[in-house]
Amino acid sequence: MCRLFAITSNEPLSPMVAINALNVMKEGHDGSGVGLFLTDLGGEFEKFKNEPILCGIFSNDGIKALDRFMIDLDFMVKYKLSFRPAKPAPAGTPKRDNYVIRVYEYPADWEGLTREEIDFRLMMVQLQLRQMGEKDDSMLIFSFWPDVIMMKEVGDPLMVADYLGLDRKELSARVILSQGRQNTNYAINIYACHPFFIQGMATMTNGENTAFVPIREFLMSRNFPGYAGYQSDSEVFAHILHYMQNKLGLSMEMYKHIITPLKDEEIARHPDGTLLRNLKQACRPLIIDGPNCVIGCLPDKSMFMVQDSKKLRPGVVGGRPGIFAFSSEMCGLDAAIPERDINLDDQPMKYETVLVRRGRQEIEKWNQWDTLPHLH
Amino acid sequence: MESVGHITPSTLSAKDLPWQIVWSKDKCTLCGRCTAVCPVRAIDLGPHRKRALSVPAGLESRPANLFSIYHGIDQRTDPAHACVGCAMCTLVCPNGAIAPVRSDEIDKLRFHVNQNGEPRRRGGRRNNPDSVLDKIKFVRISMLTDPALDAGRHEFELRTLLGRVLPPEEMLKVSREQGWMPPVREIYPLIIGSMSFGALSPNMWEGLQMGVAYLNEELGMPVRMCTGEGGCPPRLLQSRFLKYVILQIASGYFGWDEIIHSLPAMKEDPCAIEIKYGQGAKPGDGGLLMWYKVNKLISAIRGVPQGVNLPSPPTHQTKYSIEEAVAKMIQSMSMAWGFRVPVYPKISASSTAMAVLNNLTRNPFAAGLAIDGEDGGTGAAYNVSMDHMGHPIASNLRDAYLTLVKLGKQNEIPLFAGGGIGKNGNLAANAAALIMLGASGVQTGKYIMQAAAGCLGSEADRCNVCNIGVCPKGITSQDPRLDRRLDPEKVAQRVVDLYVSFDTELKKIVAPLGRSTSLPIGMSDALGINDADAAQRLNIKYVL
Repeated sequence: MCRLFAITSNEPLSPMVAINALNVMKEGHDGSGVGLFLTDLGGEFEKFKNEPILCGIFSNDGIKALDRFMIDLDFMVKYKLSFRPAKPAPAGTPKRDNYVIRVYEYPADWEGLTREEIDFRLMMVQLQLRQMGEKDDSMLIFSFWPDVIMMKEVGDPLMVADYLGLDRKELSARVILSQGRQNTNYAINIYACHPFFIQGMATMTNGENTAFVPIREFLMSRNFPGYAGYQSDSEVFAHILHYMQNKLGLSMEMYKHIITPLKDEEIARHPDGTLLRNLKQACRPLIIDGPNCVIGCLPDKSMFMVQDSKKLRPGVVGGRPGIFAFSSEMCGLDAAIPERDINLDDQPMKYETVLVRRGRQEIEKWNQWDTLPHLH
Repeated sequence: MESVGHITPSTLSAKDLPWQIVWSKDKCTLCGRCTAVCPVRAIDLGPHRKRALSVPAGLESRPANLFSIYHGIDQRTDPAHACVGCAMCTLVCPNGAIAPVRSDEIDKLRFHVNQNGEPRRRGGRRNNPDSVLDKIKFVRISMLTDPALDAGRHEFELRTLLGRVLPPEEMLKVSREQGWMPPVREIYPLIIGSMSFGALSPNMWEGLQMGVAYLNEELGMPVRMCTGEGGCPPRLLQSRFLKYVILQIASGYFGWDEIIHSLPAMKEDPCAIEIKYGQGAKPGDGGLLMWYKVNKLISAIRGVPQGVNLPSPPTHQTKYSIEEAVAKMIQSMSMAWGFRVPVYPKISASSTAMAVLNNLTRNPFAAGLAIDGEDGGTGAAYNVSMDHMGHPIASNLRDAYLTLVKLGKQNEIPLFAGGGIGKNGNLAANAAALIMLGASGVQTGKYIMQAAAGCLGSEADRCNVCNIGVCPKGITSQDPRLDRRLDPEKVAQRVVDLYVSFDTELKKIVAPLGRSTSLPIGMSDALGINDADAAQRLNIKYVL
């Protein structure tokens, strides 16, 4: 089972905080991959809050192709953090030419575009690059978005972090999602590493989502180019979230109602039963199935955790004002924030959503039985 | 004496028939029950003359013939009285002295069942035990990748939707604007397929209705039953149980006078309206209720004279195109119930089904599509239609689902599959396979008749006399002397038995696949088949 750890803090933290927490939970992952999502960045990247950051792994040919492609689009590199590790790669980690984090300046002709159009174009650039790279494995693209850094690699999280030197001072963030992968369901594929990212939001999951294929079919038939990839059944959690927020205009309170709706008899007793029934029916192909703990980050930097409809996975949230951590196991949380009041820890149950907003003052908790926020 | 008496081209021996009666003189008590019960009078009780040669010892008496008479069973061999293999004789025999046995070669009767130029008509099924559905296995077991669910202890939500489901964006818009939301029913995914009042005996119908009512009201299983084209007794139309009934309208419009007249008196809306355009067992042919079965009761409900054949036209005569036939009728029927009742067409599986489906996607009132495959059953049809016309359900349903996926409407128009589900007894496995190929639910008739009422039909051309009203179990007859063999209470009990056991089996299939929160519609990654061509055609895994 994969291990998940996320932390949100008023002070920027090194990604090593998350890596160390994963290491404490090591017996649960087998080193078949590690993924990091950093946002609300500190360090060097704090200066570039609005410019898109491209993150990926490139062969030497891939870098050249990237430069040509981006120049053609009139993207200019503003800042970059590239590393070519000198040490030998840890066991299981392939030798790569370049790990790249680049901040770009927007093309001049994008000026005046709506936010929505810019967001769409950024996603399309990411998809095009990924597609270019898939032909010859010259590029692996993880994200292209302002204030977001993502890294993925095959191998043990701590060894990979050491190999890549992730403790460098340029890298720090207030919101970090990390996953240590136990690859059970599919062949090792770096795109199957969590977290999954789409247009500013990211999720990571453990467990298997057995309703994957019908969900994938539904998302892919929405005619939105971003709903693609699906090397992992967990990628749909991020895309459902995106579909809900960006296409349906629904807020986070509805996420559980879409992925794990109340049972028919329960809906009959809910104060907003009519709407919930209609929503359940209309979004029936988005109902997930399987033991899943989902941790994610919204574009407003709120961090959340939800569980499957039977609450078959562990998952705990704890901390203190200013810093909170979300962890698939208690020991990860203990390692990251040992000095918290453990009586205030929260383990969300099957109807609950817990969320910590960017202010990081408290753990908010919603229940599917609550009255819904007014939709209109 | 000639060795052979008068023979005609259609003079047959018992050996030429599909079934031979084997009778034991030693065991027979001559009680006559077998001859009384035989639905086709294939056996006679008659005297047999026997000659024995008596050769006494010594020379005093000459050898002589000894003639004796014994009484026993004769099998009639004329086509009209050929044994149908129902084995009712065996069932009633107190000593096990008689049984029909399947011929060891292809019968000759088939060349002679067209006397007077009338091709063979019969009830039953296609008489072909092959089933692609039976070959489909569930191969994606989440045993260790994630702990499997427990079919006995976990909660499962196995309901499905019948009705036009709006896409989420539109649903929210309609909800905001308080516009018209198409009616959607949450129902159990196994529907009792359309078998008409008329095709079935009153006792059978009553038993089914009681079973359905019990399942709904006592066990909380929202099981629905379709009436078929034969109307519905007024007492049911005006009862609260109507909500468990899908009313069918077909090209003969039988019974609809009564239904329309009952509209103002209805306490509940029916579950749905099914417009029958085709039937898997006999595509392109209309319903057929033969005169034998049109008695006083049937004629009253259907609004027709007694004792006449009731052949429904192959299609709805007032319409002339697919747009007309489908769109107008759906709209008319929707309007009759104030747009509160889902209305959907049922068609026979066919390579033209996609055209109908595409048409439905553009019709906002279409509540679904039922597709009936070639293995569907019927109360009466021409043999040639049953044996040779039609399309298998698996690939037709799969094509329909993938067409909807391409259009992004897989959740908007639920597909219901029928025809051969459980034909070899594997009801839950067949239903689950179709659901994972993309069906929202399945319809079954023959299995219900077999399990709930002991129908004797098989895929080996056994019995099949549903059309002439002589059903030896009283399931499809309209003769009170036969109907009374069937106790409606017992039928109801068996309906409940079979649904409860189906439910357990369905859970035993979906639990190991890790599915419990919703019906695994379109979960094709769970399916495998050891036939490469079938795997490719159905877009599922090829496994060996």
